[in-house]
Amino acid sequence: MTPRVFTPLVLFLVIGFLIGPFFIIVAASLSGGETLAFPPQGFSLKWVAKVFTVESFQESFAISMLLAIGGTAAALVLGVPASYALSRYKLPFSETIRTIVSLPIIVPGIIVGLALLRYIVVPFGLNITLTLFLAHTALVLPYAVRVVSASLNNLRSDIEEAAVLLGSSRAGAFFRVVMPNIRSGILAAFILGFVTSFNQVPVSLFLSGPGVRTLPIDMLSYMEITYDPSVAALSALLAFMSIGIVFLAERFLGFSRYV
Amino acid sequence: MSDAAFLNLEKLTLAYGDTVAVKDLDLSIRKGELVAFLGPSGCGKTTTMRSIAGLLSPASGAIKLDGADITRVSANKRSVGLVFQSYALFPHLTVFENVAFGLRLKKLPASEIESKVTAGLKSVGLSKFSARKPGELSGGQQQRVALARSMVMEPKVLLLDEPLSNLDARLRLEMRTELQRVQKETGVTMIFVTHDQGEALSLADRIVVMLNGAIEQIGTPEDIYNRPISRFVADFVGFENIFAVEGGKLKAGNGPIDLSGSLPPDTAGLAWRPRMVTLGSGPFQGTVRGASFSGSTREYLLDTPLGAIKAEEDAALAARETGSTIAFDLPVEKAACLKKFG
Repeated sequence: MTPRVFTPLVLFLVIGFLIGPFFIIVAASLSGGETLAFPPQGFSLKWVAKVFTVESFQESFAISMLLAIGGTAAALVLGVPASYALSRYKLPFSETIRTIVSLPIIVPGIIVGLALLRYIVVPFGLNITLTLFLAHTALVLPYAVRVVSASLNNLRSDIEEAAVLLGSSRAGAFFRVVMPNIRSGILAAFILGFVTSFNQVPVSLFLSGPGVRTLPIDMLSYMEITYDPSVAALSALLAFMSIGIVFLAERFLGFSRYV
Repeated sequence: MSDAAFLNLEKLTLAYGDTVAVKDLDLSIRKGELVAFLGPSGCGKTTTMRSIAGLLSPASGAIKLDGADITRVSANKRSVGLVFQSYALFPHLTVFENVAFGLRLKKLPASEIESKVTAGLKSVGLSKFSARKPGELSGGQQQRVALARSMVMEPKVLLLDEPLSNLDARLRLEMRTELQRVQKETGVTMIFVTHDQGEALSLADRIVVMLNGAIEQIGTPEDIYNRPISRFVADFVGFENIFAVEGGKLKAGNGPIDLSGSLPPDTAGLAWRPRMVTLGSGPFQGTVRGASFSGSTREYLLDTPLGAIKAEEDAALAARETGSTIAFDLPVEKAACLKKFG
């Protein structure tokens, strides 16, 4: 085969491999049968409807939402000043600091989860919800720092000096001319962080306890007991939610510039 | 008022960490003057400008403006404007809001802001562009917005960092005229930083030539161009034949050479522009090494016992052949007398 034929073929295979499972899940969730199966048996919307009646899904969805929004917001509150300091000042060990901030994505989630459970939750008897919140904040922080740093690096620092010479204080210059110009970077970081936190499994797996479960963990345990297509239906709904968010972000912010 | 010192730098020493950028600088600028800080990169001109703006605190020394010591006054309370080399416009704000930025911080009434911004934009010829974002303007237009943004604040001193260097030749002329007009109309004291002697000569009332963190020479453009006092300034403004003088004799080539004519006693060097060299007669002999024609003149490179000499002659005269030997003179009465040769 010539490269002209071969390269596009590989491209289509890769794309198929990436989005194929999504179509399978959507198809499986519309099945009329009683068990999770592909190809689906018949057509029905009953499993999609069932998702909204499972009480534990509603609870864990609320917890996942709160964690994703709260954890990402907390990560940005820490991450925006951190990125600013890293990009504007010549700090000693700034490269080391960047590496440490990235650790939560580099270290496997299983290890982070186990470590938090063994050395934080158990010895100190820390509240599960609070631990989950702290863990998700730490997991999202690397994305926040990375994306916000990228938009700060695109912004000339002399506009702050210009603002100061026009009568603004240093802090005022940050809020008047830096923040408005990195706003879309912050929103992009928020969306990326939200999706990361919402889909997080390994760390949450260790930290979820009685009564406090994130949605992915709840789906996992639901599947262990009940093997019906409602899990596929829920997965499809979540996938559409993520696609919707990313689509809107791309449409209004040019999301792909930041990630 | 016009003769009194308006901005005074006294024994100003500026440093970045342990690196001293400017040492013990004394300078006095009158109200309404247009002063150029001229020098190669790293000479301390930009550093000095930043300290006047308050963006850099001096290690020692004082800055006095309009009778007040502003050394420790923060940058946002100094009434000093700065037009950045990159213009530093706020990309998220319209042209109008960029110019209004400082006025809004002053909490002026909306109608006053409106009229000041409108007048400011009109004076730089950008009224039509008030609703645009800076990204939609050309470099020259952005610079005029930056100028208007500083000028509506009615600063006591306006600083400009390399105001002409990012512009093409036509815009450069336009901006030069613009700056002279603003200065004439408002009487604002202006200081601009440049590494280009042409810019400094054509725009400034007075030029401060800087080298290695110190002032090398201060003078009018005519002083600097015709009467440089140091080897560095002479070289910078185009004197190409520069020689040391010791004991009234020229130190060149194989030994001290007697000069016709007397020199001031403190002369450390002499410098001639190529066109000051007399060709065809004189006590020295040289061999023509090369020639270049530049329209109205012809420039020759001569190999002489004094070393290489550059001479220039009217192109209307017959060309001198490469390899031929000619007599020439370095007339002392035309030379620039250098007090500093190091």
